[in-house]
Amino acid sequence: MTATTPVTATDTGATPNPRTRTKRDNRDGIAMVLPTVVIVVAVIVIPVLWNLVLAFQDLRLIDLRDAGPFDNLTLENFRRVFTGPGFWQALWNTVVYSVLSTAGSILVGLGAALALRRPFPGRGVLRALMLLPYVAPVVAVAFTWEMMLNPQFGIVNVWGQRLGMDRPIDFLGQAPWAMATVIAFEIWRYFPFAFLFLTARLLTVSHDTEEAAVMDGASTWQRYRYIVLPQLLPVIALLCVLRLIMTFNKFDDVYLLTGGGAGTEVVAVRVYDTLTGRFDVGGAAAQAIMLALFLAVALGLYHRILRRQEQRS
Amino acid sequence: MTTTHASSDRRAWSLVRWVVLAVLTVAAVFPFYYMLMLSFVPIESLLLDPGRIWVAGQQLTTETYRTVLASTENEGQGFGLFLRNSAIVATACMVITLLISIPGAYAVARLPFMGRRTVSALFLSVYLFPTIVLAVPLFIAFAKVGLQSSLVGLMLVYVVQTIPVSIYMLRTYFETIPETVEEAAEIDGAGRFATMRHITLPLAMPSILSTGLYVFMIAWNEFLFALLFLAAQPERWTVSLGLAQLSNGIEVPKTVLMAGSVILTVPIIVLYSIAERALTEGLTAGADKG
Repeated sequence: MTATTPVTATDTGATPNPRTRTKRDNRDGIAMVLPTVVIVVAVIVIPVLWNLVLAFQDLRLIDLRDAGPFDNLTLENFRRVFTGPGFWQALWNTVVYSVLSTAGSILVGLGAALALRRPFPGRGVLRALMLLPYVAPVVAVAFTWEMMLNPQFGIVNVWGQRLGMDRPIDFLGQAPWAMATVIAFEIWRYFPFAFLFLTARLLTVSHDTEEAAVMDGASTWQRYRYIVLPQLLPVIALLCVLRLIMTFNKFDDVYLLTGGGAGTEVVAVRVYDTLTGRFDVGGAAAQAIMLALFLAVALGLYHRILRRQEQRS
Repeated sequence: MTTTHASSDRRAWSLVRWVVLAVLTVAAVFPFYYMLMLSFVPIESLLLDPGRIWVAGQQLTTETYRTVLASTENEGQGFGLFLRNSAIVATACMVITLLISIPGAYAVARLPFMGRRTVSALFLSVYLFPTIVLAVPLFIAFAKVGLQSSLVGLMLVYVVQTIPVSIYMLRTYFETIPETVEEAAEIDGAGRFATMRHITLPLAMPSILSTGLYVFMIAWNEFLFALLFLAAQPERWTVSLGLAQLSNGIEVPKTVLMAGSVILTVPIIVLYSIAERALTEGLTAGADKG
């Protein structure tokens, strides 16, 4: 009796009134999230909106000092983007680059995750080593690839010739090779990302069903195909979306490896060149918007297809 | 009959598995080995025998590292200075991002405030938004307010870029701390901020550390904005930018730049090996939910 009384007393003391508590939560929550919101709005939302205005302005870098925020409004930038061949080619390159890199990195990541699934001595070390391409600085690894693929002294060409290639290949400067190489680089850098996610999901796949299937005489292939893979599909779908978005917007990798030459110009690199090479602010802004729009439409379509499939099943 | 069939099936797959493991490990590690090897070799020696994958001890040199680190007045490439710049930017970015995102993540995880869902959606869209769309207006805006070619401007951009992922990682962790722990402290009379400081933050320390390291790594590795803002100011270059700029030219011997690549990579590998487990768990939290 004496033991219960103080507990009820403090209980009512700590939460005197649910409404004041909610109010306080509300006030504290807003106060705590405010710095983040302010900085995100100032450095992301406002610039993005401004980019929209810039896309409708005829603006060169030199005019920047005197130009007002709404001077020289025009549709000329978009007209040039739509009618010139360069942008559409770059958009197509971006699609090829991001779709093949995404598919490749998920496939290789899946192979790695399945191969490292069962424990064996040294598994932890191998797992850590496989994440290296993902964590290492892009500039350093891009430069190393450049060295390895160099037509004169790169190790790939030297060994390739020893093993029967009749002449060195300029992997980063020759049309079909350059795109294949930047895709290979992207797969190399991001298979660990897929590997991480798939490994995390594999941990929760129950062994019981698999063991039962083995008892029933299922082959290893059948086990993977009909038991493990279906359980991984949601993560694979998530990975597809994440990697597609990320690769679609990618600048560093292509810029560092080829500078956008030899048929590898993706939209992000083209925006950069328009801005810093031709000093055409409006043109750069218009192309950046087109990239974002295309991505948004693609994601919207994907979302709809996914929902329709869910409804059907 | 079926048992022999099953065991040959198993043996075949076991072989496939080891082949996959061997190929992937070599593919993942070889470029780093190649980088390390060439960084200790004089350029003449590389050109003489470009195909080797092993270098005998007496042919190794540390001259490449001396050259790459020395300041330009001492006929070096100035990577010492670049290292300082990168360290300043990445450390400041890490501290500021944590200071801002810890309360933010806590609020999103715990407090039912007005607009919580909008805020979460805002952060997600920032995370997925094309960086290049930001590049154009920020380039212009920073030129106008004079933040262009300053490390402060660069840091500001990094903070904003790392806040969403930082909030995501911290929030998932805060959600795993049972609310009853905090309620117990509040019942004992502690206010919200006292509870946070003495109970929640110490409990979340592993996650805070790994998030901080991750933010540091992103800032250290970043290239696009460094290039946009600082390209014209060699004395403000970060290691990433310095390496990229110098590797475009033909003046600097390639093996010296390989030493630069190693210098750029080593801090990341060290941090990563400290925090590997926490990092991989923090990043993939939520993946198992499908």
